[in-house]
Formats: sequence, C-alpha cells, structure tokens
Amino acid sequence: MSSIKMRATLGENGVTTVKVLISHPMDTGLVKDKNTGKFIPAHFIQEVVCEHNGTRLLTAEWGTAISKNPYLSFRFKGGKAGDAIKLNWVDNLGNSDSGEVAIQ
Amino acid sequence: MKRRIFLKGSLATGAIGIAVGAGLITPRMVLAAWPKAAFDSKSVDGAIDSLFGKSTLTGSDKIKIKAPDIAENGAVVPISIETDIDGVESISLIAENNATPLTSSFVLGKGTLAYIATRIKMGKTGNVIAVVKAGNKLYSASKEVKVTIGGCGG
Repeated sequence: MSSIKMRATLGENGVTTVKVLISHPMDTGLVKDKNTGKFIPAHFIQEVVCEHNGTRLLTAEWGTAISKNPYLSFRFKGGKAGDAIKLNWVDNLGNSDSGEVAIQ
Repeated sequence: MKRRIFLKGSLATGAIGIAVGAGLITPRMVLAAWPKAAFDSKSVDGAIDSLFGKSTLTGSDKIKIKAPDIAENGAVVPISIETDIDGVESISLIAENNATPLTSSFVLGKGTLAYIATRIKMGKTGNVIAVVKAGNKLYSASKEVKVTIGGCGG
C-alpha cells in the first residue's frame, strides 16, 4: 500500500488545494527505545516534490522536526479537473515512494 | 569516521540507484540539494545564513502565521503560513528553541500560492519564525507557541 494519501480539490476561484498525508515514522534520532535503552536512529523524509503536468509545484526540504506521519497542504493556480498531481518523497535512508491523484 | 560517513552515503545512493533503475522514480526528482548544513545548524541565525547566504531579515506584517497559542503536545503542532507579498520564492519554517531550529523549507513553483500548512515538532516553548524569500529579500514574522509537553524525545 502506498504511504501517500493525497487529495486535490479545485475551488470556484480557480485555485486547487492539495492536501497530503504520508505515513512515515520521522524518527529524530533523539528518542530512546524503551526496551533496549538504545537511541532509535534518525529516519525522516528529507525531500518531497510535487508536480502538475510535469511542472514543479513545490519542493519541500524537511528536517527531523516535521511530525510523525507528515501532513502537508498547499494551493496553486492553473489546475483543471482531471489533471494529475504527482508526489514523490525521499528519506535519509534512501527509501522513496510516489503517488498520483486526479484533481477533483 | 570519514570512512563510516562514506559507507553510509554509498549505501544510501545505492538504494536510490536501484529505485531509479527500476523506474520507480525519475532521477531529477531525487534530492536536488538537501541543505544539510542549514538543518544541522544549532542557531536560528546560522540556519538562515546557511540556507540563504545572509541573515538580514525584514519584519513584515504581511506574513500570517496560524499556530496554537498553547500546544499541549509538542510532537504535533499544526502551523500554517500565508503571505500576500509578491513574488514569493520560498517559505521556511523555524522553531526558535529546537535543538536544530530549522524544521522545513518550501520552494514554490510558478503558479503555487504563498500558503503552506504542515505539522511540526517543538521541543519547548518559543517562537515559530516564518522566513519568506521574495525578490532577493528575506521577510519574517514570528508567533510564540507555549509547549506543555516537548516533542523531540528525551
């Protein structure tokens, strides 16, 4: 299952609102595992890229201080119903995932 | 130490390499330039300087920060930033009293409006600072958030 839940809604004013939820632990590297007493290594998303018709809408650079299971919302002009919005994330361990949704 | 960092790096690129090879992600979408020094910086000025090459901020009342006055759980603090400054290129979000203050930086595309909402972790009470880059100038605004339980571990 994809780690990305995404919704893109076109408003009457021609502005598309994109809302994204990603499931990811976003470990800071500062928290100790209660069972082993060892620090849980940092594991967090570093970059999120969002595109519309091949044009980049947003590049988000993230540190460890973005909350677990990150939420992101932004708005843009020029979207039409049915257009594809693509999103891709990469974390500090080299994992990545991508998702796509049509504007409603 | 260097060798260890090198190994870590090569492992990471290895995993990305495999993903690229399998056609899962297009190469240009992979980590254009994650500003490591800025995220590692332990001071607000250091982070801003490292990110933009300067740290002169102009205070602006055109930047609106929406954040709770009191955050009961520092691990999840909802923040939104909106501005009607013209020609915004990027919005960066800083939590003043975090061990590493820079939380995130958002580079906006052409048609993207100057609005960002996300959720951040805050270690303790302090200002949330929004830095907006527009036309080679840096504008900023801040809002204090009181944190009851810190959210950065420990």
